[in-house]
Amino acid sequence: MDLSLDQRYLDFREQVRSFVAANRADAPPSVTSRDRGAPTQEALDWQRRLIAAGYTARTVPAEYGGFGAEPDMLETMIINEEFSAAGIQAGLAGIGIMMLVPTLLEVGTAEQKARYIPKAITGEEWWCQGYSEPGSGSDLASLRTNGRLDGEEWVINGQKIWTSGAHFAQMMFCLVRTEPDAPKHRGISYLLIPMETPGITVSPLKTMTGRSEFNQVFFDDARIPAGNIVAGRGEGWKVANVTLKHERGGLGDPAKSIARFDGLVKLMREETINGQRAIDDPLLADRLMQLEAKMLALKLNNMRVLTADLEGNDPGLARLVTKYYGTTLNHELDALAIDAMGELGVLYEDGDYLRDEGAWQAWYMHDLGLIIGGGSTNIQRNIIAERGLDLPREPKAVIPPQGMGGRG
Amino acid sequence: MRFGLSLEQETFRDQLQRLLADRAPLDRVREVAADGNGYDERLWSGLTELGAMGVLVPEEYGGLGMGSFDAGLVVEELGRSVAPAPYLGTAFVAPLVLSESGSNSLAAEWLPRIAGGEARIGLALGEAVSARAGAGVVVNGGRLSGKALAAMDAGAADAFIVSAGVEQLWLVRSDASGLTRTPMTSIDRTRALAELRFDEVEAEPIAGGASLTQRALDLARVALAADTLGAADAMFQQALDYSKQRVQFERVIGSFQGVKHALADMITGLEPSRALVWYATHAQTEMPRDEAHRLACHAKAHLAEVGRMVARAATEVHGGMGFTDDLGLHYWFKRIGLDRQLLGSPEQIRAEAAAAMVA
Repeated sequence: MDLSLDQRYLDFREQVRSFVAANRADAPPSVTSRDRGAPTQEALDWQRRLIAAGYTARTVPAEYGGFGAEPDMLETMIINEEFSAAGIQAGLAGIGIMMLVPTLLEVGTAEQKARYIPKAITGEEWWCQGYSEPGSGSDLASLRTNGRLDGEEWVINGQKIWTSGAHFAQMMFCLVRTEPDAPKHRGISYLLIPMETPGITVSPLKTMTGRSEFNQVFFDDARIPAGNIVAGRGEGWKVANVTLKHERGGLGDPAKSIARFDGLVKLMREETINGQRAIDDPLLADRLMQLEAKMLALKLNNMRVLTADLEGNDPGLARLVTKYYGTTLNHELDALAIDAMGELGVLYEDGDYLRDEGAWQAWYMHDLGLIIGGGSTNIQRNIIAERGLDLPREPKAVIPPQGMGGRG
Repeated sequence: MRFGLSLEQETFRDQLQRLLADRAPLDRVREVAADGNGYDERLWSGLTELGAMGVLVPEEYGGLGMGSFDAGLVVEELGRSVAPAPYLGTAFVAPLVLSESGSNSLAAEWLPRIAGGEARIGLALGEAVSARAGAGVVVNGGRLSGKALAAMDAGAADAFIVSAGVEQLWLVRSDASGLTRTPMTSIDRTRALAELRFDEVEAEPIAGGASLTQRALDLARVALAADTLGAADAMFQQALDYSKQRVQFERVIGSFQGVKHALADMITGLEPSRALVWYATHAQTEMPRDEAHRLACHAKAHLAEVGRMVARAATEVHGGMGFTDDLGLHYWFKRIGLDRQLLGSPEQIRAEAAAAMVA
């Protein structure tokens, strides 16, 4: 057990700290759950400054507009910690930057990398993700949006759902069935689709939060160049798994739970009940301590995962459980904040008595979405059991023919 | 930075596991549990030969002078094997309490004997946490009177570390005049609890005041958490193995989603708990005292909850077999049950952690 950092990392931390101190005045305000629109000019400027300093897109090669540093997980951890501690954004957090860029770096062609990565990391070109469909949620590989090659073009028809950012994105990375005769996992291709293509319609999907964080996207004979495919025909499922790996890691990120916990403690110190601070209420404090233990366990578990990664070992179960554990924990943190506010915990959107701009109710609903998204909790349990514990898959049940289900 | 076991620690753990497989298989545990004394000479001497007794004893007293993480690994393995050994009081709590106290003569007398496997130390600390049924020890002219309940590792103890209130720890020899030790039968027959009655018993103060009492509690609590971790891990593993063998409805039961999800929930609780316990044991000798205290509270309270969940769910996965004496799964169930009740309920310990946070 050695939790100390080498001198060069201590130096690096100092370097990040002085950058933050010198530049923080220009940082855009933290993203709240309300902002789901295109990045502001201020955010784009900040992004360019961070790339130049090497605090975002740090390991993206310089030829693709990144900083070009060697991958170093401890440096990444230090950057995240310092920016998070200062309460400022460590760069844009779009799905293009988090998922498309690492995927292209791993499996894209040189042309694709040169064409897409520079604009993706600056935020100049915004990406959305076309995965889920109304009939294909947990069973994503059953997707039916199809692509037919017609000369030098793919002709796409079908429908996607839960596409965040589709209403302002310029591009979509999309899973499309291009090989209708192949087995389900081998019939899918990973296509890169310009959103301005004729035949694409975006319609906002209003959710329980009252906002439209997501969209539905309809394809009606949308034609894109044949070369807009990553890896080969029928390789889309494999490519998607490269990407999902990045998403699931992100969804169990302890930094988010730590920041949420700190916000909760602050709220409970300020909120009063009959003149007594919420944090001094024994029942609420008991719940807070239960959650602190879980937050610490998640944080320390992540250090185990990081150690395994650094040494080239498979962290196994320690990594598999984080999405399920982390998203559930965040939801419990939101719930305690709402309970600590009592009747004022129901307030939403505006008003004098709203705390933290109403973020806790929005998070409480939004985090439920994250418990579902990226592989729902029950799917996570299956993954943990089947991949982590080597338990057999459930046998397939026979589906009754259409119109014949039940009696009569 | 490296979070995990070193190569030496992995080797040490392998050696411990081999020893425990040889000297504390379930059949032997059953035999030792029958007398309820919580002590097995052959196992104890094996642990001593491996150096486990001296892990936390400073080198000047004949020990290895290693860190609390190493000693925590021993406790975890003992829990995993439901091994009858009064290690927690003797080799985890006593060496640090005595070497950190200002009582050099006590340290010089007891620490070499602890490292050599010749002495066993019980703990009577419960009254510093919550006194029940009129328990409590008072001091008068340097002599102790009153009673202590659920004193731990009491069966073969040569001496006890006793808290009189929270202000002061005392060392009391088992053969001291006026001390009566009465076994208390608990669910867990692998470890011996006792009622100690003091009638003007001669005792030696362990210099260190209230902060040393707190230190002893932190150490004992973190060790109970490590014991639960090992025991819960073992129960989980047995349930997992069973789910891959047991066939019902022409399928191994581990292929049913209901069973699968129960196992996934157990490991999702356990895996991050392992990191929490490891860091909490590590913190006791390597981090500042306030951090060590905070982690000890969280590890004890959290493992009490996760342990109870795993103990129940792992038994359920075994179906009716889990309920039988034959299978022996209940030894782990009871071990976890005992760990939870000793030295503070999760609620009480969380209240302490909250008090430390707002202070």
